[in-house]
Amino acid sequence: MPSLVAAAISSEKLLSLSPVDLLVIVLYFVMVLGIGFYLKRYTKTGEDFFLAGRDMSAWIAGLSFVAANLGSLELMGWAASAYQYGILATHWYWIGAIPAMLFLGVVMMPFYYISRTHSVPGYLQLRYGEPARALSAISFGLMTVLMSGINMFSMALVMKIILGWDINFSIWVSSITVAAYVFLGGLLSAIFNEVLQFFLIWLGAIIISVLGLVEAGGWSGMVHRIHERWPGQDYTHLWSGLGSFTANPMGINWAGIVLGLGFVISFGYWTTDFLVVQRVLSARDLRSAKMAPIIGSIFKMALPFIVILPGLLALAVLPEKLVGESQAGAGAHTYNEVLPLMLARYCGPGLLGLGITALIAGFMSGMAGNVSAFATVWTYDIYRAFMRRDASDSHYVSVGRWCTVLGVLVSIGTAYLVMQFLSIMDYVQALFSFFIAPLFGTVILGMLWKRATPAGGFWGLLTGTLASIGMFAWVKGDPSALRYIALSPHAKDMAENMYRALWSWIICVIVTVVVSLATKPKPESQLAGLVYGATEIPSEGHLPLFKRPLFWACVVIVIFFVLNIIFW
Amino acid sequence: MHMHGPGFISIWFFIGVLLSAYGVLITVTGFYELGSPPANPPVLFNLHATIWWGMVLLAIGLVYFIRFLPRKK
Repeated sequence: MPSLVAAAISSEKLLSLSPVDLLVIVLYFVMVLGIGFYLKRYTKTGEDFFLAGRDMSAWIAGLSFVAANLGSLELMGWAASAYQYGILATHWYWIGAIPAMLFLGVVMMPFYYISRTHSVPGYLQLRYGEPARALSAISFGLMTVLMSGINMFSMALVMKIILGWDINFSIWVSSITVAAYVFLGGLLSAIFNEVLQFFLIWLGAIIISVLGLVEAGGWSGMVHRIHERWPGQDYTHLWSGLGSFTANPMGINWAGIVLGLGFVISFGYWTTDFLVVQRVLSARDLRSAKMAPIIGSIFKMALPFIVILPGLLALAVLPEKLVGESQAGAGAHTYNEVLPLMLARYCGPGLLGLGITALIAGFMSGMAGNVSAFATVWTYDIYRAFMRRDASDSHYVSVGRWCTVLGVLVSIGTAYLVMQFLSIMDYVQALFSFFIAPLFGTVILGMLWKRATPAGGFWGLLTGTLASIGMFAWVKGDPSALRYIALSPHAKDMAENMYRALWSWIICVIVTVVVSLATKPKPESQLAGLVYGATEIPSEGHLPLFKRPLFWACVVIVIFFVLNIIFW
Repeated sequence: MHMHGPGFISIWFFIGVLLSAYGVLITVTGFYELGSPPANPPVLFNLHATIWWGMVLLAIGLVYFIRFLPRKK
């Protein structure tokens, strides 16, 4: 990160925009603001503002579900990882997402939807009571605005490096735009714009992969070039190098990928992070709510084509070799610049503007996701729960609107704070992960185990979170502790994150089970609509096969396995 | 007013409008470049990606624009 700042100060810009490119970008801003103004008239009630009227089709909810996760840093970061680690980065799109998304749609969505909760902390309140809700709402609200600010700063830095734009200009213009359209139309506006942004991201980025494959001579030509230019390194196999920590550039083994990423982190993020779950809760009926993550999973599975492939193509066709942040010097480009470099390689005026618009759209969709989720959790799970219980619906809508502005302002404040203290970046990324893994343990036990008690849920969540923080601090204070956390002294940062998540989830589950068995359970009548075995889930037997979510989930999982075998 | 009621403009229509505008803009730029090639052309400039990709955008945009054009009932 410090070298990125140095690059921002000293380097010349990577790309120059023509008037046509600027017009493409301006048209985008006009459109997203126009959508916000148009939708204001449709967001009168709390249900409209915070849950888009619970009226979204499966397609809109599904695309928005994926787009909210698809920030521009996600695009640029994973393209950079693909250049650095090769096709291994695809694990974050396939095993690190697809099974969890399908599980959300098929298993968990009925409980979220039938309970009529407005948020994940709201579900915890119904299932475990106020303490668990308060813990998760406060941690989620805090982390969301911090992450939003960090993303905002990183994006402004990237725009400075790529286009030479002033950092303050990028921060204020993009955040005011997001604040305006979410303020006006709430979640409805955020979702509509996320769908638009999803199209722009695909249409702006796919051109790099298409032209890159043409230049490299197709997939086999690309693989041949990579082997020729990078002898002795395996960049093109997903699983065959994961036998040990030292056999792959990521320093991780298959167990870390399958259990840490594929199970705990992935399931934690995709099934309990309210930023994404909120999009699915806006679906118009249970079938749409179940189909939305399944539809989203199909697009998620295709994303490596526009995110990972450009990184691999860069390994094959870029004449220069990119370097890590720590080695960046005068004239050398870093891994993080791989996507803009490929954009500059293939795109002339017009297409360049479209590509930059895709990056801006990615940033704004991620930020709008953060801000709208923050406004909902703050208004319903903190303000209404602990400050003012009996106000009118219009009062909460008003609070939600101003929370949007507050969330953006705090994010901007965080962005400037990060500018002063860059080391915060490393810690907040880790902080965010502290809450995800234990929260998944708490939610999944709450949904599938009737015996889980309010005390068990609260203490499991708290202990799992504290254990995760403790493990992080232990390795920071004594790096040799990595051999205990990640089971190998050769493990790298990525492996540490995976294993820390796994242990904190296990600790959360054990504590929840032990405390639950020692405390009094809720009567079954209070668990209706919240827990498996106490909830009547509507049958889909009357639907034709191709309309059943389970059928499509099976189709997706078969494609998932086939892809993993093809790229084994 | 209610979403999906009469008069509600679908998101797909907005997408159609923006993609059509981009399609026109980028295709015209591509044709202009045929007559006045840039001083530093991108790699594979000979494929004229700006023209055909602009046309793809225009085609997708028009499909959505026409299909979801708000109509009075």
